[in-house]
Amino acid sequence: MKSDRTLKHGVLLVATFIALVPSIFMVVTSLKSDDDYTVNKVGLPLAVVFDHFENVLFQSPFFAWMGNSIVLAAGAVILSTVVSCLGAYAIARMEFKGRGLLFSVGTALMAVPPVVMIVPLFVLYSQLGLISTFRGAIVIYAGLITPFSVYLLTTFFRTLPRELFESARMDGAGDLRILWKIVLPLSLPALLTLVVVNALYVWNDLIIAIIFLQDDSKRTLMAGISIFQGRYDNQIPLTMAGMVIASAPMVMLYIAFQKYFIQGVTLTGMKG
Amino acid sequence: MRHSFKLTPYLYVLPLVVLLLFVFGYPLVRIFEFSFKLIRGIDGPWIGFRNYELILSQDLFWESVLHNLFLLLAVPVMVVWSLLISIVLYDRITGWKLYRIVLFVPYILAIPIIAVVMKKMFQFSGPVNEVLHWLGVDFLALDWIGSSSVALWTVMLLIIWRESALGIILFLARLLSLDESLIEAAKLEGASWWQRTWYVIVPQMKVVIEFYVVVSVITMLSSVFSYVYIMGSGRGGPGTSTMVVELYIFSALIKTSLPGIASAVSVLLFLVSLLLIVPLFAVRRRANEEEVG
Repeated sequence: MKSDRTLKHGVLLVATFIALVPSIFMVVTSLKSDDDYTVNKVGLPLAVVFDHFENVLFQSPFFAWMGNSIVLAAGAVILSTVVSCLGAYAIARMEFKGRGLLFSVGTALMAVPPVVMIVPLFVLYSQLGLISTFRGAIVIYAGLITPFSVYLLTTFFRTLPRELFESARMDGAGDLRILWKIVLPLSLPALLTLVVVNALYVWNDLIIAIIFLQDDSKRTLMAGISIFQGRYDNQIPLTMAGMVIASAPMVMLYIAFQKYFIQGVTLTGMKG
Repeated sequence: MRHSFKLTPYLYVLPLVVLLLFVFGYPLVRIFEFSFKLIRGIDGPWIGFRNYELILSQDLFWESVLHNLFLLLAVPVMVVWSLLISIVLYDRITGWKLYRIVLFVPYILAIPIIAVVMKKMFQFSGPVNEVLHWLGVDFLALDWIGSSSVALWTVMLLIIWRESALGIILFLARLLSLDESLIEAAKLEGASWWQRTWYVIVPQMKVVIEFYVVVSVITMLSSVFSYVYIMGSGRGGPGTSTMVVELYIFSALIKTSLPGIASAVSVLLFLVSLLLIVPLFAVRRRANEEEVG
């Protein structure tokens, strides 16, 4: 029994090591000097050096990139959540023609790869002058995350007890009031999960970002990284310092809200 | 529903319908149209099936398809590894919750970030090869990134590393919802760990495993752009060794400005995703019935 437990810890420790080794390499390397890294690729730094962080922060627009990513994620998540809440409320709680069709087609869109949509949108956006605009990209991101939002919210709204709606209606509350005062407060955990999953998707996306936000001033963090790593190809400690800075926001959020991250991803399995 | 409010539901779903029509409906109609046209700039003449003939006779297209199919080899590895880890976690030995948090970290790190880190680790003169030399297994110290016969394997390794974290979390969630009396009964009857796992636990996880397999297949065929774009330096390199369908569409649209060609490939990818929607929804429904998906 005891050796059994040792074996299990052994397996989990190996898995933990594999899961963490890139992060450890990233952090340790970012603290080495270039000379140190040339001769010492695996070990701890001879002397801890913070120069690379200074260089990254003062010579590359990491904060501007992060700011852009935040604007996009916030914009897309807000737009998609509002649209999906209204739609999901109607699908879950109202009778109308085409309800079933809207729900099944709307959620089936989850399985359509985003890359399929880019060609016509790119051509259209070029015509309309929407390339490299936040509003253009926000609409695309909001659209891409909406099928999942509708799926999750509709499923959740359906689980709320019917009496709740009936008694509110007796008191003379209208639909918007019921949605705002009763349904949404009760759906807070579902909404938080949704925000986490969707924000993560927009934050991590690369393909939409490099196609639709080509302007230097509009570049997202992920698009910025792909350029940054090419520019400093042979300065590995510097590159790693950039990666540490780039991953910091999500890692901190994960540590603070890991319950919602794990829940959210369990629910989707699709995004991340 | 009161008669006077018949319009209300439509007002509620209107923004939703407009958004979905714009981001999905409009492009899905136009890729079909574009794929039969020779587009220069924003429009062009109809040319029948010429775009399709062109891509179907082009080696690079088939090579891209083949690479996506090759990545499917990662799926069984991911399933086995995730199963093993989740079942060991399920035994809830001391610290299992901490292990769970840590084992999910690969999924939290953005793909472009982790691809950059791996690319540096697997450089020919990088730390991975240094460790391999040190261990005395020099024959394993390959040119992971720079050799066109190895690069796609390295991409696959990275995909397995990251996507397994999803498998572990999904499988563990299912395990934690299992009725434990069966497992306890098996324990009482003296079934070994392997017997309990193989005959009692795994059969009850059938649906969630199927779900994970379908989701992973969709990933391999249509969502590996971020991995490949960084690892292959934006060109699917070295040579064309990490070219995949998404990157083919991207290059046709952005680098060679051939929206017609890009659309024809998009149509084909869309048709493949339609085929995958059926199994996806079948397993999702069953997973929901078991309160997982």
